[in-house]
Amino acid sequence: MLKQTEGSHAVAEAVALCRPEVICAYPITPQTHIVEGLGELVKSGQLQNCEYINVESEFAALSVAIGASAAGARAYTATSSQGLLFMAEAVYNASGLGLPIVMTLGNRAIGAPINIWNDHSDAMALRDAGWIQLFAETNQEAVDLHIQAFRLAEILSCPVMVCVDGFILTHAVERIDVPEQAEVDAFLPAYEPIQVLDPKDPVSIGAMVGPEAFMEVRYLEHHKQMRALDLIPELAAEFKAMFGRESGGLVRPYRLEDAETVVVAMGSVNGTIKDVIDDRRAEGDKVGALSICSFRPFPLEEVRAHLLGVRRIVVLEKSLAVGLGGVLASHVRMALRGRAQLVYTLIAGLGGRPILKKSLSAFLSKVETEPHADVHFLDLKNDVVERELVRASQQRRSGPTAENVLKHIGSPMAGLV
Amino acid sequence: MNIVKFYQKGTYTVGNRLVSEAERTTQSSPERTNSITCGHRACQGCGEALGARYAIDSAMKATDNQLIAVNATGCLEVFTTPYPETSWQIPWIHSLFGNAAAVATGVAAAQRVRGHANVRVIAQGGDGGTTDIGFGCLSGMFERNDDVLYICYDNQAYMNTGVQRSSATPPTARTATTPSLGPEPGNVFGTGKNVPLIAMAHNIPYVATAAVADLRDLEAKVTKAMSIHGARYIHILVPCPLGWGSAAHDTVRVARLAVESGIFPLFEAEHGVVTHSTAIRRRVPVDDYLLPQRRFAHLFKNGKPVDGRVARLQAMADENIRRYNLLRDEESDR
Ligand SMILES: Cc1ncc(C[n+]2csc(CCOP(=O)(O)OP(=O)(O)O)c2C)c(N)n1
Ligand code: SF4
Ligand SMILES: [Mg+2]
Repeated sequence: MLKQTEGSHAVAEAVALCRPEVICAYPITPQTHIVEGLGELVKSGQLQNCEYINVESEFAALSVAIGASAAGARAYTATSSQGLLFMAEAVYNASGLGLPIVMTLGNRAIGAPINIWNDHSDAMALRDAGWIQLFAETNQEAVDLHIQAFRLAEILSCPVMVCVDGFILTHAVERIDVPEQAEVDAFLPAYEPIQVLDPKDPVSIGAMVGPEAFMEVRYLEHHKQMRALDLIPELAAEFKAMFGRESGGLVRPYRLEDAETVVVAMGSVNGTIKDVIDDRRAEGDKVGALSICSFRPFPLEEVRAHLLGVRRIVVLEKSLAVGLGGVLASHVRMALRGRAQLVYTLIAGLGGRPILKKSLSAFLSKVETEPHADVHFLDLKNDVVERELVRASQQRRSGPTAENVLKHIGSPMAGLV
Repeated sequence: MNIVKFYQKGTYTVGNRLVSEAERTTQSSPERTNSITCGHRACQGCGEALGARYAIDSAMKATDNQLIAVNATGCLEVFTTPYPETSWQIPWIHSLFGNAAAVATGVAAAQRVRGHANVRVIAQGGDGGTTDIGFGCLSGMFERNDDVLYICYDNQAYMNTGVQRSSATPPTARTATTPSLGPEPGNVFGTGKNVPLIAMAHNIPYVATAAVADLRDLEAKVTKAMSIHGARYIHILVPCPLGWGSAAHDTVRVARLAVESGIFPLFEAEHGVVTHSTAIRRRVPVDDYLLPQRRFAHLFKNGKPVDGRVARLQAMADENIRRYNLLRDEESDR
């Protein structure tokens, strides 16, 4: 049904359509509206046969989901940022135990300095934890990915994280087609666990595994994700046949034909990128974009195939591997291994810094005309950085960096009034 | 249970043959489930292995074998599952060190939602997994009154990692992180937390302490706990020969001396109120409890206290005796 609704609420409705049996709720911005929405659906009786549990931490949220999933229930939780890090140990545990939990990650920066706005640092911090990670480009896709996520998780017995950009998507009100229950039921069969805690057939789960078998267990986890490389596009195709929409898949190319420069990115920023591509195409510039929907497993072959013949690749990413540069850019370079293509890392939007069309377009002009250092920070306030570096070099007790930078910048309202 | 005043010779416990069939222990029955089978890798004389076997078999009996166990990381988890040789004959899961209570909440929720209301859940962990790292999850499970019995096997230190101090380690005890060195050897006075009392402060339906000295009492408390729904907590004192430096054959005796000295009071509480305590039958000075354990060796020279610290421990025992009314003339042997 078409409706005008908030992204978070639409995600809550989509999750409810998947008939979760245990939902663990803990507040953290910007994910909170999702679990609040689910709370309403359970309390009002719209979502039946579901245990909604208000836990005392994210660590408990995922731990309760682990117990529920191991006992045969379809389990769901949601978090963001600090919450994901607080549950990090359980994140690895859920995948190591092979439990098909689905979790929404309302992507948000990680502190310090504390910051509630969007970037992808949280998802990147736990990228190797054994979860499948899917990035939604729009709220419609966020809705659709959750429905696909439960199916994918349960086929593989592997947890899936659906990454939804905080605020930009979670808090945006827009037109969304929320599927009907009967359609979702037809797409997503009841959960049939491969392992379950059951007095009728007792098993031990979670035993110590030593050097004689650990590698094999880990390899099999990797193998699941390699299978997911086939399954993700299959499910997206099946989803399209049933719901009539293109959602999910591994990667999504945009105007790649004859492109000389291609922007690679994940999540909602692809909307801005497509606008820039259209503008530049209108002026005859041969540019295109490649949106990565599945970050784990990472579709090396698809990325390689789509970027064949492209001269320059600009990887725009909302995270920073401090001391290295880009995370996604490193992945793209691996996809392009052996090829002499120029890959630029463009760190953008950290902590919610707006990613402006004109800034991105200016950067594209720059890489097309002059050689450029690899790692670039879009719209970095170089003057502020300079001033703080000078200050810090002049006195030992220069004070806390974040607070100093804020002082240099002054009130965000200063220029406006 | 009737008060039985005949004891097995030298043990001060009541033998099975002295009580009616109905009152005999689960372990004495050929029907016992052996939920944790032999062949596990616990040290000789491990109190935790003993306590867990009695607790789980009783819970199995009380639930008609409809039981799932969740285990925190620790000795019990490690020594029972040197896979492929698991000792667990019941469905069992180990997730992490600090989340057993929360995992159990999830297992219990799954039973409700899947229509298996008769299947009950036990979470269990050592003192470290309970009073320290798992404390947040434990308190959350209590506060929500989730239908879980949590059992803490208290051996008063992190044993699995080689005997480090926990918040359940008593003052003066030597551990690897509270060495018996310096002006105040061993663990210091004035620290630690009393988790049974904190559990009571959550107003949960049932809290009890038990020790592997009185296994009939331990079984009765587990059985009672399984007759109640909601969050329940049993804190069992389980001597660890390796960590305490006691003889393997002395595990039950040392546990008994902890009880009989007043150092470890046995009581039950319902909805935050103490409803019963086990009277001390033959009171002993704390010295009797401390002397068989090498972790307290620095307190004594030639069997005599070297300073006032033993007296401070005695004062703690006396305070327990007063607080829980443990010396009741009609039940004592004096
Ligand atoms: C997060 C985390 N921190 C530390 C450990 C290491 N660790 C494993 S078992 C253990 C000691 C367990 O002590 P306790 O809970 O008292 O149980 P015991 O072995 O004494 O029965 C420790 C410290 C761990 N596995 N996980
Ligand atoms: S170290 Fe202690 S608790 Fe661990 S198995 Fe040995 S006796 Fe039992
Ligand atoms: Mg311990």
